[in-house]
Amino acid sequence: MLSLATVSAGYGGFQALFDVSLEVKAGESVAVIGPNGAGKTTLLRVISKLIDARTGEISMEGRRMNDVLSHEVIGYGIAHVPENRRLFAKLSVEDNLRMGAFMPAARAKYAERLEFVYSLFPRMRERRNQIAGTLSGGEQQMCAIGRALMSGPKLLLLDEPSAGLAPVVVQSIFELVRRICNEGYTVLIVEQNIRQVLKVVHRAYLLETGRIKLSGTSDELLESELIKKAYLGL
Amino acid sequence: MEIFDIFLLEAIVNGLLLGGVLALLALGLNLIFGVIDVVWICYAELVMIGMYAVFYGHNVFGWPLWLAMLAAILAVAVLGAVLHQFVIRPVLAAEPINQLLVTGGVLFFLQAVATLAFGVDFRNVGVNLPALQLGGMYLSFARLIAFLVALGGMVGVYLFLTKTFLGTAIRAISQDRAIMPLMGVNPNRIFVITSALGGGLAGLAACLLVLQYDIHPAIGLTFGPITFLICVLGGLGNMVGGFIAAFIFAQFISVGGFFLHIEWGYVIAFLFFIAMMFWRPQGILGGK
Repeated sequence: MLSLATVSAGYGGFQALFDVSLEVKAGESVAVIGPNGAGKTTLLRVISKLIDARTGEISMEGRRMNDVLSHEVIGYGIAHVPENRRLFAKLSVEDNLRMGAFMPAARAKYAERLEFVYSLFPRMRERRNQIAGTLSGGEQQMCAIGRALMSGPKLLLLDEPSAGLAPVVVQSIFELVRRICNEGYTVLIVEQNIRQVLKVVHRAYLLETGRIKLSGTSDELLESELIKKAYLGL
Repeated sequence: MEIFDIFLLEAIVNGLLLGGVLALLALGLNLIFGVIDVVWICYAELVMIGMYAVFYGHNVFGWPLWLAMLAAILAVAVLGAVLHQFVIRPVLAAEPINQLLVTGGVLFFLQAVATLAFGVDFRNVGVNLPALQLGGMYLSFARLIAFLVALGGMVGVYLFLTKTFLGTAIRAISQDRAIMPLMGVNPNRIFVITSALGGGLAGLAACLLVLQYDIHPAIGLTFGPITFLICVLGGLGNMVGGFIAAFIFAQFISVGGFFLHIEWGYVIAFLFFIAMMFWRPQGILGGK
């Protein structure tokens, strides 16, 4: 579905990604794991065209995306839940969800998808008129994921959904991610919380200082000596 | 004593009517500032252009008044979009002081162009609406219409901002410009639409003011400073604050003018503004 071939990117004089190649197949859930500053967020930003790839090729369902503008990416069926959720803090939950359905094609299905998001996250239905900035961290993450789902995406990009959340909540967020995968969405998730995320996804890539160091199924990575030693503390 | 009370009541009601139009003016400026974060110092000059547009449509081309007014609203809406695209957009990332100066430049530019194109003569659309007698009070019919239409316009903007996808995007973009593309929103498109809406509101205000004032190239100076001060008093960018501040200001002008002299009304209103800046520089409903 999504494929990146030898993509490099960076900010000014700083290069964050070096020849990154990866593939996400339809129906799969894939994680990109790695330490802070490895370039994980940059990777998602390149896919969403928030920054341009310097070299390499990005394509979605066989369509080349290099020259697509950032606000056109959603039209390719890609929805991005950004780092730190980035809700519209002063708008209500429902207004935030409405923004997710901004595209004309999504507006037509607004009521239906709103119902779907509310059935997925009943908490959001209870809080629909609450100002998003006053939600708890976990609820904000639900709202951010709900907002992305409102566009009816084929591929969901999740940037560190567990970041900044209390350990108890982190558990429930991964449960949520698992449910979304089970709903049939294709998911590309970026995470530092390696042990948890590998329990949820099918496959993963290890990104270190902008380079893919390792890739394989979740079980393979959990068994790998490199990951065990450096990231799982075993 | 009874006569005195009736006149005071008349002054209060007139202040209320004036407040409606001032609130409409403030709404346009606040909308632009709240969304784009740029103050259109030249806002009242857009109103001036709109007033000339009504005059030319109605008195020169001979169109019916409603058509001239509709054309004026559209013309100023287009002018607002053009202003954004060619003047504001290039300085969006610049220092606020530069943004202020460039719209200040547009203010004098529009005045000069109007002088060149229309001359310095005072023009009047020549529509004389009767005064309304209401229980011993005399109220200007033009002001009453202006008040009602301004109120209607504001309700329309409120519904647009809260009930539509585009309106929601306009409220959202003022909070987080950078992530709008993730929802398929082209930020510049939203800015142009907002600017056209702000311009359209200036055009609507022009239609209302043209019934009460003569038109000349410097007419913007009558409304510009006061509109800006109302916005600051309410909290720049805060549309509800601007609405409240407009009515406060209007009462100072109207009631202050009643007790002393009309010019004194303005003196008191501006003094009040200065005092408020010491006490609440962020404005009545402003944050931070």
